[in-house]
Amino acid sequence: MTRIFPQPFHTILLTVVWLLLNNSMSPGHILLGVALGIVIPILCQPLRIPQPKVVKPLKLIPYVFIVIKDIIVANIEVAILVLGPMKRIQPGFIAYPLDLKEDLPITLLASTITMTPGTCSCELTQDKQFLYIHVLHMPANEQQLIDYIKVHYEGRVREIFGC
Amino acid sequence: MMSVEFELAITLLLVIGGIFIFIGSFGLLRLPDFYTRLHAPTKATTVGLGSILLCSMLTTFATEGRVSISELLITLFLVITAPVVAHILAKVAMHHKVPMVKHTQYPERVDTARMQQPPVNPSSTKLDS
Repeated sequence: MTRIFPQPFHTILLTVVWLLLNNSMSPGHILLGVALGIVIPILCQPLRIPQPKVVKPLKLIPYVFIVIKDIIVANIEVAILVLGPMKRIQPGFIAYPLDLKEDLPITLLASTITMTPGTCSCELTQDKQFLYIHVLHMPANEQQLIDYIKVHYEGRVREIFGC
Repeated sequence: MMSVEFELAITLLLVIGGIFIFIGSFGLLRLPDFYTRLHAPTKATTVGLGSILLCSMLTTFATEGRVSISELLITLFLVITAPVVAHILAKVAMHHKVPMVKHTQYPERVDTARMQQPPVNPSSTKLDS
């Protein structure tokens, strides 16, 4: 079983993506999608780095909605900043102290930080203790921003991965 | 035939998408340095592109009566790839010592970031967990 389906989730995902790409549900495409879904995980198995499991997948759904809401709100804020006078923009770097240890949760957090406007993750320190973030408009107190990310995003990512 | 409601919604989404993508490109022109410019295209366009894709889905639904899902795939791939590209661009900029605007706060952190070392003066003390 594990020899043929090393990653059952990836098999399903690849099949679904293949069907979506072709926008069809014909038996031929389903067969081809399943074949690809079985072969690709087997071929990619030696390349995999062990990652922590998603412990609470259901928590991902509210997380996605919160991020979408934040993206829309912050997009408008960035749009106003861009249209306003350039002298008012106060860019800066912050070093965000990470509580997460594993690669996959850090990637998820860094991607979220980049997708939400006004912040862009730039670099991770070697010991995975700090994430450097470029901020388009620094608040008066940078601790405010760090706390916001900590409570809003990192806390939720930790819940999803259960670490 | 499309109903008036559909036409109205599609027009509205197109206009919103256009405005946001325009602001994103305008920001690219206007912002002072590389790091701040990085923000405009990766971000202001997410809402713009999102509403244009939503509009595309609505149009296929209104004209052909079927739900087109390819747009969701575009969103998925965009969400996966955009942050990676922004991250790599920022990383390269740090290594090339790209000039920053004068009033950037904590510019010295770029030097430690380039070496992937912790900052000299951390923003906050690490919480014990």
